Amino acid sequence: MGTLTAIALLPLLGFLLNGLLGPRLGKRFVSVVGCGLPALAFLVTVKVVLDLKGGGWAPISETAYTWAQVGTDAFRVAFWFDRLTAVMALIVTGVGTLIHVYSTGYMHEDKGYARYFAYLNLFLFFMLLLVLGRSLLVLFVGWEGVGLASYLLIGFWFDDAEKAKAGKKAFIVNRIGDAGFLLGMFVLYAGLGTLDMPAINAAFANGTAAGVSASLVGLLLFVGATGKSAQIPLYVWLPDAMAGPTPVSALIHAATMVTAGVYLVARLSGVYLQAPEASTVIAATGALTALLAATIAVAQYDIKKVLAYSTVSQLGFMFLALGVGAYGVAVFHVMTHAFFKACLFLGAGSVIHAMSGEQDIRKMGALAKKIPITFATFALATAAIAGIPPLSGFFSKDEILWYALASDKGGATWLVLVASLTALLTAFYMFRLLWLTFFGKPRMLPDVEHHIHESPLSMTSVLVILAVLSAVGGFIAIPHFLEPIAPLPPVKESMKSLHLVVVGGSIAIAFVGLAVAAWFFGGDASRAAAVKAKWEGVHRVLENKYWVDELYDALFTRPLHWVSDRIFLRLGDRLLIDGTLDGLAAIARRAAGGFSRVQAGSLHLYAFLVLAGLVASLAWVWGHG
Amino acid sequence: MDKTQVLLLLAAGLFSLGLAGVIIRRNVLVMLMCMELMLNGVNLSLVAFAHQLGEAVGAVLVFLVFVVATAEIAVAIPIVLLLVRRKRTLDLEAYADLKG
Repeated sequence: MGTLTAIALLPLLGFLLNGLLGPRLGKRFVSVVGCGLPALAFLVTVKVVLDLKGGGWAPISETAYTWAQVGTDAFRVAFWFDRLTAVMALIVTGVGTLIHVYSTGYMHEDKGYARYFAYLNLFLFFMLLLVLGRSLLVLFVGWEGVGLASYLLIGFWFDDAEKAKAGKKAFIVNRIGDAGFLLGMFVLYAGLGTLDMPAINAAFANGTAAGVSASLVGLLLFVGATGKSAQIPLYVWLPDAMAGPTPVSALIHAATMVTAGVYLVARLSGVYLQAPEASTVIAATGALTALLAATIAVAQYDIKKVLAYSTVSQLGFMFLALGVGAYGVAVFHVMTHAFFKACLFLGAGSVIHAMSGEQDIRKMGALAKKIPITFATFALATAAIAGIPPLSGFFSKDEILWYALASDKGGATWLVLVASLTALLTAFYMFRLLWLTFFGKPRMLPDVEHHIHESPLSMTSVLVILAVLSAVGGFIAIPHFLEPIAPLPPVKESMKSLHLVVVGGSIAIAFVGLAVAAWFFGGDASRAAAVKAKWEGVHRVLENKYWVDELYDALFTRPLHWVSDRIFLRLGDRLLIDGTLDGLAAIARRAAGGFSRVQAGSLHLYAFLVLAGLVASLAWVWGHG
Repeated sequence: MDKTQVLLLLAAGLFSLGLAGVIIRRNVLVMLMCMELMLNGVNLSLVAFAHQLGEAVGAVLVFLVFVVATAEIAVAIPIVLLLVRRKRTLDLEAYADLKG
């Protein structure tokens, strides 16, 4: 077994051990297996990256086995390790391992401890399959698998109907996107006869894929990405996905799984470079999603909901970067986002832990002194996402803003304006969250206040590591590192002089957001209350998320319910299918009722009938004799 | 009308009489006796044909019919006895329990 296969299989082993033996062997065993095997996978990944570097960064390929042989086409479970895979695999295993460690503290009291780690390991397995897969088909298996793991973990506390429903919603919304993904694969396979991603990229790059419309493929695959990566119009599942345990939100719904769509587009950059129309759609969708989600985040009161909409918004930034051809920059933001958003979510988990399960920031306040480590790391990550230099978020966001304006492959003024506004809102709502949670006056109930305590070392140590990464992660020059496989787009000549303006602007935006939030929410937050009272209508629209869920409910869910109930259930199932079977049974019953009258029980009648039969047959013989 | 024809007419008469009895009479014992009458009508015709053709086969067949008739009665009479014990009557109309 090769090393690449080992990376993927180690978490699967963890899933099997924890799933089958975990409940019997106790928490210590579960913790060691659940954290140890992902950590091992991380170490193996590091080793492979070193091998890759030793081999002059030539991609490593490895075939695990041949899945199916159809005619001359072989479908192989093969893995592919190049610079892009290296970045993604290190994020997945590295951040994944940290979150596993954090979970040992966070989930310590839960009765489903072994089940939780089994699911989390299963998620890592599928996620690694997704990033390591060489064929689009293997990627798709991972893609569906992480969806399954996500469903299982969102509905982890399934005895709460609300949470089980959130899991179902995530799954179904993702299926809609997956339909697009599948169609994209069909078109590719029909046109090129292969699903091997390096081959697909090569075919589009050197123009031998004339029979396939790159834009069609690009758009169909992007539909899949909108589902998995929570973009308009399929973003609605992600905020609800916060029903799961908080470390799950950090790992799956912030750091790794939701970036799968970004990875897909970056991986198939060869296709998207030939598809300017699809790229334009991606950039516009990304920019609009970023703005929409950021406006909603401004008016949310659930600490996790704010972070969830912030995630949707940041994913929008990544797609904006992809849409203007800056694939390396998008992956850069995937990485920095994984650091600071994981830190934020885990920090939120620590806050919720301290607050005895309370998630409403209106009932928090003045936590800074009581849980200092959580506060310090949370504040650092907040500054990072807001784009305060020299923290990681500043570098990746600044690059996105720059290419949104200046890229020769679709950069536009309106994109950078929307993105800048979003960046401003991001800084504002993140500092609002920070203020309401950690500063001001305590607003919690007295007995909750009495219980506030800093989280155990297993949680705080992870927070510190992630905070350090959020701080310095921006100095890892991912776009430069990925240049050989995903070159950055050329910059428009007319824009070159504006580079410093964009940098200065993005710094100014971060500080303005900070200042505005401080001005609004500083002291007793009376200014925020006044603004809210003045703009009551706007606030209600934002707080209710533009009623998008209600709109989808009226447009799709209820008509579907109606069709299912009236057409499929009442007409199809009950009337046609049940009716046919019941009808056949009724015919048999009536016929039997008729024939049973012959059984009169009278021997005389029988004898007479025998005679009659005899006479009739004799007469017949006579007549035909 | 030669002898065979007379015998055959007699045989047909016996058979019809027996058949009419089986169909019309309600007493189980009488019906059994009528059945014997029908069998004997058949026997008579067998003997008449054997005599006319000068062959023994028909006459031998008659003995077979006797044996079958004896066996039949040996089974039928106990059944009738059991039925009578149940309902204290020989009237067949009382035994229409199998009416569908």
